[in-house]
Amino acid sequence: MALIRQEKFETNSILLLLGIIVTIAIGGLVEIVPLFTIGETIEKVEGVRPYSPLELVGRNIYLREGCYLCHSQQIRPFRDEVERYGHYSLAAESMYDHPFQWGSKRTGPDLARVGGKYSNDWHVAHLIDPRSVVPESIMPGYSHLVEHTLDSTDIAEHLKTLQIVGVPYTQEEIDNAAADLAAQASPDADTTGLLARYPKAALGDFDGDPTKVTEMDALVAYLQVLGRMVDFTTYRPDYAKGEPE
Amino acid sequence: MSDAALTAGIAAESPYNERVIRQFTIATLFWAIVAFLVGILIALQLAFPVFNFGLEWTTFGRLRPVHTSAAVFAFGGNALFATSLYVVQRTCRARLFGGDGLAEFLFWGYQLFIVLAASGYVLGITEGREYAEPEWYVDLWLTIVWVVYLLVFLGTLIKRKEPHIYVANWFYLAFIVTVAVLHIGNNLSVPVSLLGTKSYSLFSGVQDAMLQWWYGHNAVGFFLTAGFLGIMYYFVPKQANRPVYSYRLSVIHFWSLIFLYIWAGPHHLHYTALPDWTQTLGMTFSVMLWMPSWGGMINGLMTLSGAWDKLRTDPVLRFLVTSVGFYGMSTFEGPVMSIRAVNSLSHYTDWTIGHVHSGALGWVAFVSFGAIYFLVPKLWKRTQFYSLRLIEWHFWLATIGIVLYITPMWISGIMQGLMWRAYDDLGFLQFSFVETVAAMHPYYIVRAFAGVLFLLGGLVMVYNMWRTARGDVRAETGLGAAVTAVA
Repeated sequence: MALIRQEKFETNSILLLLGIIVTIAIGGLVEIVPLFTIGETIEKVEGVRPYSPLELVGRNIYLREGCYLCHSQQIRPFRDEVERYGHYSLAAESMYDHPFQWGSKRTGPDLARVGGKYSNDWHVAHLIDPRSVVPESIMPGYSHLVEHTLDSTDIAEHLKTLQIVGVPYTQEEIDNAAADLAAQASPDADTTGLLARYPKAALGDFDGDPTKVTEMDALVAYLQVLGRMVDFTTYRPDYAKGEPE
Repeated sequence: MSDAALTAGIAAESPYNERVIRQFTIATLFWAIVAFLVGILIALQLAFPVFNFGLEWTTFGRLRPVHTSAAVFAFGGNALFATSLYVVQRTCRARLFGGDGLAEFLFWGYQLFIVLAASGYVLGITEGREYAEPEWYVDLWLTIVWVVYLLVFLGTLIKRKEPHIYVANWFYLAFIVTVAVLHIGNNLSVPVSLLGTKSYSLFSGVQDAMLQWWYGHNAVGFFLTAGFLGIMYYFVPKQANRPVYSYRLSVIHFWSLIFLYIWAGPHHLHYTALPDWTQTLGMTFSVMLWMPSWGGMINGLMTLSGAWDKLRTDPVLRFLVTSVGFYGMSTFEGPVMSIRAVNSLSHYTDWTIGHVHSGALGWVAFVSFGAIYFLVPKLWKRTQFYSLRLIEWHFWLATIGIVLYITPMWISGIMQGLMWRAYDDLGFLQFSFVETVAAMHPYYIVRAFAGVLFLLGGLVMVYNMWRTARGDVRAETGLGAAVTAVA
């Protein structure tokens, strides 16, 4: 039977084309579509927020330099990973990541919860010359990040674009994007508004040069927020809710 | 490239468009060398960071996509263009649909895509999606080129003078169509400005991860497998001068392979925040995929029934048969690694890198080398290779290169996976992360050396094919039964 029908496919190009399209569509549809429709795919978690403008620029530098090719951002629920890196990663923690940066290779360690583990000074020294702080490291140096002043005149456009793809930036956040970006990297700025909009944003003059905002400032601000948005001292997974503490 | 190089020694044009095949063949050779060279450089960077040269354009992070794109899309892609357009004309007895102008556009359009993509990576223009790094404007350009490719291929199928569509063309068509679907699906994004290079992906987080590995694994399944199976189904029977072993097996191989492959993506996301049901589906279908893969391998290998003696005297056939052997090996290793318990050890380590290279070097590159050795004398109308002995040299340099690549990557990968989860007798993690990095050092050196061997083999091939195209013949004693004639 099957071979009789095969004859139809291999004597009619269009039928063959349609047969292929139907055959390859099934698996993808079954695996992808429900991820958008099943509510519990992304758990409801307190604290996950869109990136601040400076963090967003830092994240774009993280992409640009291809950090994801050596560093994952996805902690698996194993004893050794949880002890080494912290609580296993939740889907909610990357819900505003366009694109996701879970990675596929750990030539270097996982970075999903690197925020707050090292000082700003350590990050700057490490990024400029990794072997000055970790002698066995094989990471490239990124001294050019200190030399490049941020050109972020179009930062509001970035927030607007992310709003189009579903990140809930408010009009207030878009209007204040440029000011927030500058304030996060200036130790003397008034950061009340910034922190109200982006709780837990790391503040300060990250790269040690208060006269300008550099790519280094942005990248370190991003690294310092990674994994810190959800408070895991109070977080309870869905399946454990309702059980006694 | 000059017209002289494309037409040298060719008196009468064939009824088919062979000019575009010659162009794609030369491009395949060129990009192969580029891919191998950049591969060696980034391998050296992992062994000795000084090879990052302290420049922002030459770090591992920027060059790694240059290597993967050069290997997959430039070397592999040009090999697929060259062979598919050759095969479809011969097996349909029809000149390419759309005329020579469209074929010329296809060639230069695809080369432009490669250059746009690679120059972007070096300058830091990337979408940050593995194997789909080109930004939105490059993606759009590739979409145009790819639709033209589909038109040319399908149009040629439609105007064929043969009643049946040959099996190689089923695989080529599935490759072209599915890659179009994957490319568009995975690259949906919104540019920040029409004058800028930056865009943001339409989806985020867990859905984006699923979409990316639906794409990523099927770049393997359709670009690097279905397409190259098209090569196997034409060039192995031709070179062995035997019919395909089993038609029935080809039919089962084809439909089950394309049906099952598309489900396999989630095995790249085991134990992540992707829901368990998706992971389980991905694992189950990956294991099932072993069957059609080995069905295809058996079909390729058994095609040599009654012609096994040719392996002694024909190094071209040896490339083709070895490639099918590696195809079988990789498609067994893959399902094993997709089992969650195994994956918990192998994921994030060099084991994956070794697995990919046993497929990329052993299967994809070897079957392409076999096809190139088949094509060059035919395309430049030569009856003899410049040197069979050099093909022999290429074969052994490359084979030893592969063994020296995949073995240290198994060792380093499994070792690092075990070190990460090792506890001392007080219950503390035994190794800091950087200790596991330092332990990789000797294996990274061996791997880089293996890459040098593979590159040397490639250079031997380029030299040999250049002399063959020129019509030179080296005075040498033949192999085995002294059979040196190509035809």
